[in-house]
Amino acid sequence: MEPLLTRSSAPTSRRDFFKRASLGAGVLVSASALQACDSDGTDSGADVTLDFSSDTGVLNYAYALEQLEAAFYTQVIASPYSGITADETAVLMSLRDHEVVHREFFQAALGTNAIPDLTPNFSSVDFTSRASVLGTARTFEDLGVGAYNGAGKYLTSAANLTLAGKIVSVEARHAAAIRDLLDPRSPAGAGAAGTNIPAVVTAGADLALAPGTVLSQAQPFITETITVRNA
Amino acid sequence: MTSDLLTPAECVPAVSRRDALRRAGLAFGAIAALPVLGAGKASAQTAPNPNDTVSILNFALTLEYLDGLFYERGLATPNLIPANDRDFWTQLVANEQGHRAALSSRIRQLGGTPVSFTFENFNYQALGFDPFSSYELFADLSQGFEDLGQRAYKGQAPQPAIMMNDVVLTEALQIHSVEARHASVIRRIRGREGWITLNQTDAPIPAAIYAGDENLTQGSVNVGTLAVTPLTIDAATRSEAFDEPLTADQVLAIARPFIRS
Repeated sequence: MEPLLTRSSAPTSRRDFFKRASLGAGVLVSASALQACDSDGTDSGADVTLDFSSDTGVLNYAYALEQLEAAFYTQVIASPYSGITADETAVLMSLRDHEVVHREFFQAALGTNAIPDLTPNFSSVDFTSRASVLGTARTFEDLGVGAYNGAGKYLTSAANLTLAGKIVSVEARHAAAIRDLLDPRSPAGAGAAGTNIPAVVTAGADLALAPGTVLSQAQPFITETITVRNA
Repeated sequence: MTSDLLTPAECVPAVSRRDALRRAGLAFGAIAALPVLGAGKASAQTAPNPNDTVSILNFALTLEYLDGLFYERGLATPNLIPANDRDFWTQLVANEQGHRAALSSRIRQLGGTPVSFTFENFNYQALGFDPFSSYELFADLSQGFEDLGQRAYKGQAPQPAIMMNDVVLTEALQIHSVEARHASVIRRIRGREGWITLNQTDAPIPAAIYAGDENLTQGSVNVGTLAVTPLTIDAATRSEAFDEPLTADQVLAIARPFIRS
């Protein structure tokens, strides 16, 4: 369990800030972005362009989503909602740990080609509310599954497709666990609609979302503007 | 191979790797488009041809019959599935029916003949117990089938005959993640968390279903030693973050005892 940072504890870097994710709401931190493959050369602030004509662009897209998820669960565990159960704590801690591992994996694997650290914006999330936290978790996990499923066809390397496959099924496990917490032992756990839970599985097929669709849902939670090209 | 992830060539104007790959893939496509003869029950006994889309899809379809018909019988068995859990299993049956329909349709569209199985084609007592005799055993084997399924799809998606066809690949991925969703909830029904820890079986099902799942080397990255400051994450938890593939041969070695020849 991490300590709750006070608002006066200034993060020493965006990276540190992001990892602690204790000041999620409404904080704008701008830095010059070292954009992999950004050819326009302009000072574009921290905006990020992902070029899907290369595997690196696709993997950075995954990295962006993993950064978002890791930051979210880090804050969830740092400031748990009241009435959280032992089961919910266990699930959410596992999700935090898995997503942090995913984030660190992508950063290590992408190396100098990695996009910069993104700045989360969780101002729309009420971290004191179970419904808000689990609802946001459900959104992120289902979105992640749909993102990976929709991006697989852009990967040109079988090794990279395998790596994406190893991660997307874990995202799907997360999504199902959260849906099962929200509506226990219901069709929602298997991807169908549930109480206040949208269907994501139709005729046995999960979502496969276009990058533009994913970004339109993820962008409100990310300070930097993310653009996808060639997809 | 795995070094692709680290290839520092990504700022090269990328006209092209994908295009080159697509062109290379035409050869596979041509093969896959040919009518496949004799794609019957043999699919259950021999590994699929990695360059033959229909062969791989029939391999997957075999697994879909194996688990789908199992759940249907479970629901039809009196006093097996508790009332509170029936809606979940009913949805599982619907999802597996959807998988069979999608795979069969795609196989026909590619000029092939989809395999077909009935309940009598399977021996669900192959592990030496009757999984319809208790909900616990039923859930144990169900978890095994779902984890086997997701690992099987993961192993086949990167095969040339799947990967080179965007439509088929995406369909396979859309099924793959649903199997993982199923596995997660079944694990929760069993009182566990939803993920695979190391290669732990933790049920009276074949250990081979989880062989290699403890792997922490992902591409060129040792996930076991990644810094996660300020957290402390043990190897078991790190292993949960990645589900490993199984080869078709590994999958068949596990599935074959359940299939009556």
